[in-house]
Amino acid sequence: MSLAAAQGFLSPTGVEIAFLLVGIATLGAAVVTVTTKQLVHAALWLVVALGGLAVEYLLLTAEFVAWVQVLIYVGSVVVLLLFGLMLTKAPIGRSPDADSGNRPAALVVALAAAAALVWVVVDAFRTAWIDLDGPAQGSTKVSGTILFRHWVLPFEALSVLLLAALVGAIVLSRKDRTTDREGQR
Amino acid sequence: MNDVLDVAFRLVVVFAVFLVLPLVIGQTEHKVMAHMQGRLGPMYAGGFHGWAQLVADGVKFAQKEDVVPANADRRIFQLAPAVALLPYLLVLVAIPIGPSEGAVGEIVDAGIFFVLAVMGVGVLGSLMAGWASANKFSLLGGLRTAAQLLAYELPMLLAAASVAMAAGTVSLPGIVNAFEWWWLPWQIVGALVFFVAGLAELQRPPFDMPVADSEIIFGAYTEYTGLRFALFLLAEYAGIVVLCGLTTVLFLGGWHGPFGAEGLGWVWTLLKTAVLAFIVIWLRVSYPRLREDQLQKLAWTTLVPLALAQIALTGIVKVVNS
Repeated sequence: MSLAAAQGFLSPTGVEIAFLLVGIATLGAAVVTVTTKQLVHAALWLVVALGGLAVEYLLLTAEFVAWVQVLIYVGSVVVLLLFGLMLTKAPIGRSPDADSGNRPAALVVALAAAAALVWVVVDAFRTAWIDLDGPAQGSTKVSGTILFRHWVLPFEALSVLLLAALVGAIVLSRKDRTTDREGQR
Repeated sequence: MNDVLDVAFRLVVVFAVFLVLPLVIGQTEHKVMAHMQGRLGPMYAGGFHGWAQLVADGVKFAQKEDVVPANADRRIFQLAPAVALLPYLLVLVAIPIGPSEGAVGEIVDAGIFFVLAVMGVGVLGSLMAGWASANKFSLLGGLRTAAQLLAYELPMLLAAASVAMAAGTVSLPGIVNAFEWWWLPWQIVGALVFFVAGLAELQRPPFDMPVADSEIIFGAYTEYTGLRFALFLLAEYAGIVVLCGLTTVLFLGGWHGPFGAEGLGWVWTLLKTAVLAFIVIWLRVSYPRLREDQLQKLAWTTLVPLALAQIALTGIVKVVNS
């Protein structure tokens, strides 16, 4: 914490410059993701944005989080997204009906969420500095120790939330079949 | 300056391995398949038993016209082979082949997560190819690829997690260092699950539903010709190298062997990898293709429970042992 005085915002190191540049690229990819009219391109730009985030984690020495980010988001979530887009036969070229009337509402929600997240992060880590030259502070061992020693309760709460989502998905997907069967009877 | 040279040298070596080993496996596949089917296989190119067949194939591919279909999404169509191939190059960097510090391209702290994550990215190439070709067979191939990946990623991860639990580390050299011979019977179920799931992720027979040539021509790669098609094929064989190497490192003890663990350790790694690659080829010749529903059923009702049981077993032994 006392390091804060020794650090200045106007003496950027190589890592800080890289962090900023990657951040700008990530932001750009994210903006293209939500503005492009070509559905599959949006999903692929999302890959770029998520990959950029992983690079940011790497630059912050959080190696474990970075690879999990790639594994879960790029490897699974985007594949699922593309699977869905292919099932709905996303056209090559522009989709004229890709715009929805909910645009302003979505913008408001996005801005509110972004403001909340930025505020929380800034407030939480205001004076914390990462020593990039020392041993990695985000290695698997450190992450595991912190997660299961200090943050077990939120972790378990999250897994219960995911379980609830899973059960909800099963209920939703099974509902149609039973009503079909009743209809046949 | 020495560090830069060292890194550059390692990258060059990894790149050379990346170019040579897949070709060796491809040539072996030609010959092994041929002899298993009572044929001779390539006999002319290069003179001695057709050793240069794949070099000749490469020259042929390079001479072919590079066609992009008129209705295709040009840029994504052209980018797809690179997305399919490059992840395997990245994975190869992290696989250790010998016990010394210098026998790995780059030590990655969260090695297992790195290799599995990057291998998963390679499938995006097939999906991009399937969608961008503007061909219904390609689209079907892409769909099957995605469904297959989603089904087999989970058992693969669980099996790898079991080894990580056993070794108490997620770094690949760390896992091989912790290996003892009795891990082999202890982790055998996990090894089988990992290998089978890996085969499915590579879309090798008997899991080649996404490229089933008698139904959907060549799946996502139907519209590709020339070099780009060759890149997809190279990606498949590079995938075999990576999968066999990973199975060796995670489950078969890598450089450990009855003798020569220090100086000749890397020979063991290569030998085990080669045997596994031979099994991959053998399976292709022996088994018929699984139907799509059989594929899904195998993953969700057999492999996932087996992987979970393996994790439970690993946990129990670990707790009892400590």
